[in-house]
Amino acid sequence: MKEIEKKHPLAIRWFHWINFPILLIMIWSGMLIYWANSVYKIQLGDWVLFKFFPPGFYKALKVPYRLAEGMATHFVFMWIFFLNGFLYVLYTLISGEWRYLIPNKHSFKEAWQVLLHDLYISKYHPPVKKYNGAQQIAYTAIIIMGFGSIITGIAIYKPVQAYWLTWLLGGYGFARFLHFILTIGYVLFFLVHIIQVIRAGWKNFQSMITGFEVKKTVETPKPEKEPTPVIEP
Amino acid sequence: MEKKTEQWSDKKIQRRTFFSFAGFLLASVGGWFSWKWFSGLPPTNNRLPELTRDVLSFNERIKDKFFSHKHLAKTYPKARAARKPRLNGFIGIKDDIDTEKWRLEVVSPTGKPSIYFQLKDIQALPKEEIIFDFKCIEGWDQIVHYSGIKFSDFLNKYKLGKKEGTNEWYKYVGLETPDAKYYVGLDIESVLHPQTLLCFEVNNQPLPKLHGAPLRLIIPVKYGVKNLKRIGKMYFSDTPPRDYWHEYGYDYDVTL
Repeated sequence: MKEIEKKHPLAIRWFHWINFPILLIMIWSGMLIYWANSVYKIQLGDWVLFKFFPPGFYKALKVPYRLAEGMATHFVFMWIFFLNGFLYVLYTLISGEWRYLIPNKHSFKEAWQVLLHDLYISKYHPPVKKYNGAQQIAYTAIIIMGFGSIITGIAIYKPVQAYWLTWLLGGYGFARFLHFILTIGYVLFFLVHIIQVIRAGWKNFQSMITGFEVKKTVETPKPEKEPTPVIEP
Repeated sequence: MEKKTEQWSDKKIQRRTFFSFAGFLLASVGGWFSWKWFSGLPPTNNRLPELTRDVLSFNERIKDKFFSHKHLAKTYPKARAARKPRLNGFIGIKDDIDTEKWRLEVVSPTGKPSIYFQLKDIQALPKEEIIFDFKCIEGWDQIVHYSGIKFSDFLNKYKLGKKEGTNEWYKYVGLETPDAKYYVGLDIESVLHPQTLLCFEVNNQPLPKLHGAPLRLIIPVKYGVKNLKRIGKMYFSDTPPRDYWHEYGYDYDVTL
């Protein structure tokens, strides 16, 4: 016998693994759209540090001149992205899973400790549990970001019909910028997520597929031997 | 929070692990082939597959539920308008034009002879101005200042666009440049929107050639692609008129 820990409910595993390729399609089609007016850059005075994105990057990914295709794909897959995210939130609320995910008053201190530990600055790691403070903050933030992508998306998709939303988000141009920044946020989240999953090891990764993680072997109590008869024949 | 632990036999662990991974693999392969199937769907003559168009039509029907003539594009003070509005798109306006000889042809939906309008027939209607944020489908936007007349005033004044003997509008309006190289289709609700104008001035000056002299459409509830320059012909229909960028795979509706 082995002791196992039940980690991820089946529904959460489905939501997670559906979201991965759908988000990838949204980012890719978004890039086809962004290319047509790729104006964002990191600039200090006149010195352009980084342009989103360099021509070579676009060329390598075959991005140029695919605006129509990008828009069509974006406006089809947005439904799956939205529905999957909506059902995930609904599920966590109904199942009570949200209790593990929402940060509490200890989360921020704990997240800081995790950060110092993972950057090899401190040896101390807070007690291991389902989601540590850093995870709680990250996994909650990503849901808020998803919500942000939806509302900034609507604000630039229908800026006249949803004029109040566009206004609330700082106008058409700023809403477009926020929509872009959120996407960069997903990419950064993805990179850190991958690094952490690798660091956590195969058993942890496997639990996102199987739902459980094997913890330790439990000694099975051996059945008592029958006493040998003492009676002499 | 307490951990949910259980004690499982090795056999159970092996079985559960096997089925989970098998399911994961199947779902991944299924997902991959679904994407291959979707991206391999044959395009129609408007460059997008039927299925994609169906979803875009669905999006449009949702938009119809929210669309209202009370939803107005935000307007700005004159000082905010660009001195030199950006030029983009020269299809259908490359040839020289004699604005004196220009006429707007309105085709009769019932096969009667076309009606021809001069600029002065249009300028006879109450003048309207709009300073709004023009939005290009490429993603840029710019505050511009145009003047003209309400499209709805034009249709009402000259009794155009309604089915003969009824009070019912045709569902669509088609516009084309005089050389018919650029053309757009517009739903009637957007055409009747109070901010939809037939314009003959930009920044209070007569339209220059490349801004669409002598008469152009300004329709703030749509992307720039629908704001046809140098209108030559107008017609009405219950089916969507041909649309230049729609044929290149863009959404037909593009309502903002």
